[in-house]
Amino acid sequence: MTAGFSPLRRGGAHAQFEPAQAALLASLARQVVELLRDGVPDPQVAEADGDPLAQLVGVDGPADPPDDPVLARLLPDGYSDADPTAPHDDGGELADANADFRRYTEPGLRDGKVATAQSVIAALHEAGVDDPDQPVDVELDADGVQSWLRCLTDLRLAIGTRLGVEQDDEDRWESLPPDDAARGMHEVYDWLGYVQETLVRTLP
Amino acid sequence: MTTAPSEVEETGTDERVLPDSPWVTIVWNDPVNLMSYVAWVFRSHFGYSKAKADELMLAVHQEGKAIVSDGSREAMERDVEAMHGYGLWATLQKADE
Repeated sequence: MTAGFSPLRRGGAHAQFEPAQAALLASLARQVVELLRDGVPDPQVAEADGDPLAQLVGVDGPADPPDDPVLARLLPDGYSDADPTAPHDDGGELADANADFRRYTEPGLRDGKVATAQSVIAALHEAGVDDPDQPVDVELDADGVQSWLRCLTDLRLAIGTRLGVEQDDEDRWESLPPDDAARGMHEVYDWLGYVQETLVRTLP
Repeated sequence: MTTAPSEVEETGTDERVLPDSPWVTIVWNDPVNLMSYVAWVFRSHFGYSKAKADELMLAVHQEGKAIVSDGSREAMERDVEAMHGYGLWATLQKADE
């Protein structure tokens, strides 16, 4: 079990992971990269109903939210006049605003999240994640801490959405049989939260 | 070389010189994000004091949502985009809604 992150005197943070933990982190980050990349809508389709001005300046993303609930959570709507989980019915004004917002922001948001996850993967490789016999020492500078905080968030959002995590639902997971796959995944989710909490605490 | 179309000269007479009616950025509670992380995002992105960031974070947690910034529609779109980058659940809307 890792003790999580601790602050470095010169700034940044350090953690030592067991080889399996580091490999798990790298694997989850790669899955998020793949999810964000695979979910990019077909450019031909996007072009058909896109905004010509937006295409001209090269910022034409999709108008509709992703079908995959994990992607929809990572790339949410921008506009709401009520609880965003409630269905919108306002005659289309809100839908139009959301479509425009998504066209302009979603490609950049995807790219940012992919780059963040890739920087985490790179840091794990640099720390020797490929050697199954050695503990993996990760040292992060201030930028690295930011990237890891964001990436750990995206990993937890992805797993939490897949599992259907709700507020204060710990009992639900603990009541599952020990060999239940969802229980195992929830333990990973909790562990990511622990690692993230230790990283937040290193911040000045 | 080309000359600018004459319509350009009329840009300055556009009547939309009044500032947009105020908009707000709302952060919604979600069961995933850590309270400590949400408070840090508010300090980091908005430059809020620890006390104000903690207060907003607790409002999100306890009341389900909180207004975290206000301003022009464009500024709120930038804030919402930034919050999505941090993984927070944020939307913008007109201030009077």
